[in-house]
Amino acid sequence: MTTTDTNTELKTQEYLINMGPQHPAAHGVLRLILTVDGEIIHKVDPDLGYIHRSIEKMCERDTYKQIVHLTDRLDYLSSHMNNEAVCLAVENAMGIEVPERVKYIRTIMDELTRLASHQLWWGVMGMDIGALTTFMYAFRDREMINDIMEETVGARLTMNYNIPGGLMFDIHPNFQRRVKEFIKHFRKALPEYNTLLSGNIIFKKRLQGIGYISKEDAVAYGVSGPSARGSGISCDVRKIHPYSAYDKVEFNEVLIEGGDSYDRYMVRMKEMEESMNIIEQLIDNIPEGDYQVKTPALIKLPKGEYYQKVESARGEFGVFIISDGKKSPYRLKFRSPGFSNLSILDKISRGHKIADLVAIMSSLDFVIPDIDR
Amino acid sequence: MTRTELQSFLSSKMEGLEFGEETTQYLTVTAPKEKLRELMFLLKDTEELAFDYMFSLTAVDWFPKSLGVIYHLESTKFRHILVVHVNTGNREDDVTIDTVSDIYPTAHFHEREAYDLMGIIFDGHSDLRRLFLTDDWVGHPLRKDYVDEANMIVK
Repeated sequence: MTTTDTNTELKTQEYLINMGPQHPAAHGVLRLILTVDGEIIHKVDPDLGYIHRSIEKMCERDTYKQIVHLTDRLDYLSSHMNNEAVCLAVENAMGIEVPERVKYIRTIMDELTRLASHQLWWGVMGMDIGALTTFMYAFRDREMINDIMEETVGARLTMNYNIPGGLMFDIHPNFQRRVKEFIKHFRKALPEYNTLLSGNIIFKKRLQGIGYISKEDAVAYGVSGPSARGSGISCDVRKIHPYSAYDKVEFNEVLIEGGDSYDRYMVRMKEMEESMNIIEQLIDNIPEGDYQVKTPALIKLPKGEYYQKVESARGEFGVFIISDGKKSPYRLKFRSPGFSNLSILDKISRGHKIADLVAIMSSLDFVIPDIDR
Repeated sequence: MTRTELQSFLSSKMEGLEFGEETTQYLTVTAPKEKLRELMFLLKDTEELAFDYMFSLTAVDWFPKSLGVIYHLESTKFRHILVVHVNTGNREDDVTIDTVSDIYPTAHFHEREAYDLMGIIFDGHSDLRRLFLTDDWVGHPLRKDYVDEANMIVK
């Protein structure tokens, strides 16, 4: 069922359909202009910019400490990783060494954020395919992470917990206990996810063989994160260019060779287990010490170019800073995983039906503010 | 390849390349814009280099001189990273650079973004339209001399 044969006696013609900007399956304001023949897609032309805020331009007038807070508004489900990328870039450029305690807490927070993001993705993925129950299960568990975040960070979504030089404040006394409670709970809940959806024959038929990405295409189009690992490409920034405490933990990079939507689905399901493994290795060993080091009130980076990549829930997130020695960057570029992942959508959805496009988009896990910036 | 090996390999293969200072994070090379495509083919197709993954493409306004594009390349095989700088001519009237979107398909979207927000014209691009802004938008917002009193807060 990879491509559908359209050679019939009947005369047909191509026409255009607007999908979005307000389409429930787009998870945001993404407009796709589809060229279709019957229900078969011939071309997908994404029309972006409905929530373009020009954050890169705003960064050129803000200070580095302010920029951190803007990054929450990119991929709001990976807000912690986005914050961390800017902080790491500034710290490396200034030569600031953060305490071990900060590195451990950042890594735990990263993985909690990744879990919360993947849970939400799993919930809406089921919903896109037509299984409404998954959403309730996912939100039941995601709520526990949000509560942990609320207690320590003070926010549930846009966290702003990282600052250049460390963390905004120390972890809450309950943090370690509650994280362990959550892991204990989720170890039991994750198999439930698999029983509910992963083995479902209707679900599998909707995804297997749909939206195939070859290894070569994934690299050439800059696809990263779980979407690329579903094609068997090793691209985990946590392994290749380790940052924070990722060099101190043992975890497997989940690789599946298949390349279709179901493989991308399975990568994320297995990644949730790895995230729990990482958290378990760190949560009892958080070293004592300070939670931040003193930095100047107004940070000025030395003249030069700085790039920092981190692994967000969607793939490789990068911050590129060109500094001219002033309080704001001369130019700042966010390399967002969603933008590159979107560029392959046209190629992989040609020949499929419109309903398959919904499945493909879910399996690529788009967050629109991340694409639009 | 290590940084020094990469530098000596590239300078032996091609003339006219300018390398950045030793202190930069990654090896940086500035290419004349006529040689951009030749360099990109060399980087992608040479077996020892194998730069197959373009992870970032940034457009910069080097006000008041020129516009520029910065390509970040990585090899998924060897994991070495190279930064390529290319500059246009005078930013007022000569803002054309050859496209690399046929060499690196990911650049297709990135170049459309650079055209939209910075106004760089990519010669040979198959579909150079605005990506974020509407077709009738005047100007290119990421340029340093862009003025929009209604929508921009300037401190």
